[in-house]
Amino acid sequence: MVDKIIIENLSLQYSDGTESLRGISMGIREKAVTVLFGPAGGGKSTLLRCLNRLNDLTEVKASQGRILIDGENVLDPKTDVIALRRKVGIVFARPVVLPISIRQNLTYGLELAGEKRKSKLDDAVERSLKLAAIWDEVNERLDEPAIALSGGQQQRICLARVLALQPEIILLDEPTSGLDPISTGKVEAALLELKKEYTIVLVPHSIQQAGRTADFAAFFLQGELVEYDEGKAMFTTPKEKRTEDYITGRFG
Amino acid sequence: MEKTLNWREFIITRLIKASGYSAVVFVALIFFFLLREGLPALAEVPLSALFSIRWYPIEGNNFGILPLLTGSLIVTIGAALIAIPFGIGTAVYISEIAPRWMREILKPLVELLGGLPSVVLGFLGILVLAPFLRRFLDLPTGLTALTGSILLGGIAVPTIVSVAEDALDAVPRAYREGAWALGATRWQTIWRVTLPAARSGVLTGVMLGIGRAIGETMTVMMVTGNAPVLALSLGSLFSPVRTMTATIAAEMGEVSNGSTHYHVLFFIGLVLFLISLAVNVTASSVLFRAQKRAERILS
Amino acid sequence: MKRIFSLDRHLTERIGFSLITLMAFLTVVPIVATVIYILSKGGSAISWNFLTGFPSDGMRAGGILPAIVGTFYLTLGTAIFSVPLGIAAAIYLSEYASDNRWTRLIRIAIINLAGIPSVVYGLFGLGLFVLFLKIGTSILAASLTLSIMTLPVIISTAEESLRSVPQAFRTVSISLGATRWQTIRRIVLKEALPGILTGVILGLERAAGETAPILFTGAAFFLPRLPGSPFDATMALPYHLFVISTQVPDMPIQIQYGTALVLLAFVLTMNLIATFIRSRARARRQW
Repeated sequence: MVDKIIIENLSLQYSDGTESLRGISMGIREKAVTVLFGPAGGGKSTLLRCLNRLNDLTEVKASQGRILIDGENVLDPKTDVIALRRKVGIVFARPVVLPISIRQNLTYGLELAGEKRKSKLDDAVERSLKLAAIWDEVNERLDEPAIALSGGQQQRICLARVLALQPEIILLDEPTSGLDPISTGKVEAALLELKKEYTIVLVPHSIQQAGRTADFAAFFLQGELVEYDEGKAMFTTPKEKRTEDYITGRFG
Repeated sequence: MEKTLNWREFIITRLIKASGYSAVVFVALIFFFLLREGLPALAEVPLSALFSIRWYPIEGNNFGILPLLTGSLIVTIGAALIAIPFGIGTAVYISEIAPRWMREILKPLVELLGGLPSVVLGFLGILVLAPFLRRFLDLPTGLTALTGSILLGGIAVPTIVSVAEDALDAVPRAYREGAWALGATRWQTIWRVTLPAARSGVLTGVMLGIGRAIGETMTVMMVTGNAPVLALSLGSLFSPVRTMTATIAAEMGEVSNGSTHYHVLFFIGLVLFLISLAVNVTASSVLFRAQKRAERILS
Repeated sequence: MKRIFSLDRHLTERIGFSLITLMAFLTVVPIVATVIYILSKGGSAISWNFLTGFPSDGMRAGGILPAIVGTFYLTLGTAIFSVPLGIAAAIYLSEYASDNRWTRLIRIAIINLAGIPSVVYGLFGLGLFVLFLKIGTSILAASLTLSIMTLPVIISTAEESLRSVPQAFRTVSISLGATRWQTIRRIVLKEALPGILTGVILGLERAAGETAPILFTGAAFFLPRLPGSPFDATMALPYHLFVISTQVPDMPIQIQYGTALVLLAFVLTMNLIATFIRSRARARRQW
């Protein structure tokens, strides 16, 4: 069992100098669900967005450290960011479907990559919708606007959209925060299937979700990595007092 | 495939960035040309003569621009006195008082007024407004500063209404609800809470509207009588005047390239440019500063 | 005591509202009246001959075709120069520019361009295009002048339209491997297009009705033929109306109102098209 991502001593800063993350070092195991949890402002989302260089769009800069994915430092300026983003997909907290049809949402990334063959595109659409467990619900209306779907369905379309590009790593930033329990369940079930093939990094929107899904867990508090352990161990016998206080609800 | 994409995108991005700066280039260009053709006037006409009170360029080379300045001033002030109350009032009505369905009718209508060509307004001014004022106010002629002011007011109102209405609309609902919760009537809320909150936007609208009035050419040329007399008293409102803009438009066709008259007309253009520059820079800095203040308060 | 107090406030409100409502109607009614008035007075002059024939008898009879064609050419010329440049500048401001000193300079420049009197544009056009660049009094010189005048309107409305597209779309697009320009072309520009189009039409509508900028740069009063090249001068509706209503003795009133009506119809049609595009886009919006 190998680490797909290795984070070495990463520190992040905002443009005004305040620190977002301090000296983070951890590994993310391949083909497993790693959960980054902790109270708000801990730096979890920021870390997530570093992994596919989405932070390039914001005012956050890495002041030191490396992020190695398959041995290559993705923070290196020479990195092919476009290829990186196809390899490392992300699902956001609010479902954001593009103002186009369901089918077009799914083929968007592939068309950007230059894929024009209709057969390949149709295959990708069907494959990714099945992986996201939503094929049965939408296969009759692929050419309708994606905005017509419910929130839970839209979020699974966002997941399918990422899967269509056949990534190796999937990042999820509180993906079920706006969803009802049934939709949440469907998303979590999909993740448990997907982890057999993909490396998954999840920021959960509740401790309970973390407990349900984590193979590995990392507790972040105010920019610091406080503890890292296997999922079962973390949530039953945490080693640090701060972790235990947070898990048992003494602060949050 | 990726490489070609990058090359094409690089060129497109460069072109877009260059286009962004085009506005600055044009302003500089305009300023430069006005200087180039207008500054010689300062060399050819002594300053005292330039700011004298007789504008008779054809006979006797009298280039006193004061009558033109006062002409523009009196027409603009008159326009402002009409446009400000009506403009703000209409904006308040559309934003705070009118029912939804009426708002959908009124906004396009006011926008329509903003699109009416000034020459059409001037045309109606000559045929309808001027004779009306002549009979109604018992004047020797209907082509007066007042006629111009009324029409200019009509031209400035749409600008004031659209900017002020946007500003009023942008005032957070919470402000109004807070006032109502304290027992204020809707009327009191508008005047004591909403309007002051939108103060900077409304002011900007007023300044932009007045800026439009100062710069109007065709309407004033057609209805203000074109008599370059010094307009200093209230009575001047009811007699013919001449604005700077009308002077340029009327006389430019008859001057020979490079003559003193030609240079003086460009000089007047330069003065107009500087006036509008001052008005607009002030208006935008008021807006910028207010935006910063609003961001601080609301955050 | 309390009852008198509250009565007073409500009375003030009633009076105040009535006053404001009156003001609004006094502003709006003349607009409608103007349009109806011109329609009624000028309607009788409109005929096939009027719209497609040439003027005769020193403009006092015949048609106004050259003026109509001229206005059409000028509007087209203005569009050719101002639309691509204006939209590109708007894309820069909305998608690329950061919030620094230079960007503020650009914005101040745009506000200034918007406020420059139309006759000063005429002077500038005369100085630069007609004389310095030796293009002469022509459709080209007039179009270039009108373009610079129309630029700020197009830039402002286009930028506003681009900004209204939700930022989330851009983030999602980039996260799927798009470059910034691909995101703009495929998503942002596509969604902002109706708003941009509305702004373009409103800007061109204003250009079509302007007289002062074309006075010394391209307008002519009497031309025996239609313009054959961009380097020819041309007749134009606003200029034509101006001259026939102020400088031609014994000008039949009919023709004056008819010309005003044609110009008004031109402008109003553009306005209606713009409004139609705007409301249809709002209804079909997927966000």
